[in-house]
Amino acid sequence: MPGSARSAVTVNLTPTGVINTSRETAAPAPMRMTISKVNFFYGTKQTLFDVNMSVAANRVTALIGPSGCGKSTLLRTFNRMHETVRNARLEGEILLDGQNILAQDVTQLRRRIGMVFQRPNPFPKSIFDNVAYGPKINGSKDPIAEVVERSLRRAALWDEVKDHLHKSAYELSGGQQQRLCIARGLAVEPEVLLLDEPCSALDPISTAKIEELLVQLKDSCTIAIVTHNMQQAARVSDFTAFLLVGQLVEFNPTPQLFTTPSDPRTEAYITGRFG
Amino acid sequence: MNARLRWRKLVSAFMLTMTGVCAVVAVAVLFFILGYLVFHGGRSINWDFFTKLPTPVGEGGGGMANAIVGSAKLLFLASLFGVPIGFFGAIYLAEFSGSKTAFVVRYAADLLNGVPSIVIGIFAYALVVLPFKHFSAYAGGFALGIMMIPITLRSTEEFLLGVPNTLREAAMALGASKWKTIATVIVPAAYRGILTSVLLAFARVAGETAPLLFTAFGNRYWSPGFNQPIESLPHMVYIYAISPYEDWQRQAWAAGLVLLGLILIVNIVARFILARGVAVQRS
Repeated sequence: MPGSARSAVTVNLTPTGVINTSRETAAPAPMRMTISKVNFFYGTKQTLFDVNMSVAANRVTALIGPSGCGKSTLLRTFNRMHETVRNARLEGEILLDGQNILAQDVTQLRRRIGMVFQRPNPFPKSIFDNVAYGPKINGSKDPIAEVVERSLRRAALWDEVKDHLHKSAYELSGGQQQRLCIARGLAVEPEVLLLDEPCSALDPISTAKIEELLVQLKDSCTIAIVTHNMQQAARVSDFTAFLLVGQLVEFNPTPQLFTTPSDPRTEAYITGRFG
Repeated sequence: MNARLRWRKLVSAFMLTMTGVCAVVAVAVLFFILGYLVFHGGRSINWDFFTKLPTPVGEGGGGMANAIVGSAKLLFLASLFGVPIGFFGAIYLAEFSGSKTAFVVRYAADLLNGVPSIVIGIFAYALVVLPFKHFSAYAGGFALGIMMIPITLRSTEEFLLGVPNTLREAAMALGASKWKTIATVIVPAAYRGILTSVLLAFARVAGETAPLLFTAFGNRYWSPGFNQPIESLPHMVYIYAISPYEDWQRQAWAAGLVLLGLILIVNIVARFILARGVAVQRS
């Protein structure tokens, strides 16, 4: 199954032409997103303090930290999902390919930055219609059936669902639903895919499938993932950001952060002394 | 100690019997009414009842075709007026308004729901009948439509709020605008509930007489178009039931039976739609 999915991966060359599936973290990757001096408030309560980091193109960047550290909040600012919450306020600058996302049209922006949520949230529609939703509302010109097949293959779900595309998405298992949500996100060909604890509601086997998928998707997509699970961050990511009570404590290549953390608080967290 | 236990068991048995009897009475009322209607009205229900106009006193026979069509026309107008207002108002409440506005609108809708139907009739009379100087189906439909607004609004809102937020997020994260999210995800996810609430509002006003007394007024003959006084089933029941003629009284029972049957069918269909499975997965 993973083999067939891999063969179907369409390789989109990034503007810089960099394709990299290995974890040679020493090689400099161009930055797809740059986050500078981000402060975030819910009403008067500040939840992010002066966060600076970046998301490298065609790499997996992980955000880790204990509950309530602000990692999900930070991720949700990347596609401005924070604006759906009343009284949320963002200060600072977030650049996507050098352009400030806060100055762009929000619907256009979200077509370029897809998102997968904590719990699988397929629409109460058929498998096909779930994947076709994004291209349809965005007026895609490609034949819709091809887009659906391509997206399901990229999400390594095609072989499991190809014979019953018109069944309700709710008939799938939790892990399949989550891969369906990934396929739905991929169908609009986003440049960046954000994942907010995508495996927290899944069993270990489904989790392994999704992790494998993320590594494959790097070829064509830039990925930022929030995870509660340090091992997961270590397994799938190239860069890791460690947050603690709204502050970015450390942001480094993953092998470095997990073997030789530069901050004692990072070390305390990854060795399991708290969190 | 023993006496105490006996006393407790006695109280328990008494309470159990009492609550059970009350529950049975609540259900029995419906079946009693149904049975009574069938017994008295069943005999007068025949093909003529549905196809013929009312006959003058003493002639016998005849039917209520004009009232059946009239009720249909009135309910059509009422739905045309009340359902869109309730539906779009509910969308505003559930998806756009702040909690303060929502509170005020909800409260007002609940009050409107509690306004006696005769008062709504007077309101429609002042607003539609007086300026045009005659009774009409429009006026009756308007009065019934007003009654449909709060019922549709409140229950549609409930069903919209029942759609999990994660679906809104999913659509918006794909680049759907707020309106697109509502039209393509939220309303389809809640459509069973919305349809049910519209049907229940429809059934609720189908049996109303008071708002029609001085709006639709009544009409012994066919009422072409919508701009003339028009007959309706509940009004027919009212007129015929208080008449001194046995023949008319029997027909009143029959009309009541038809009306109740119609409302029951709508109710059952509504429950059936809702029971066919909740469209949205809850985790």
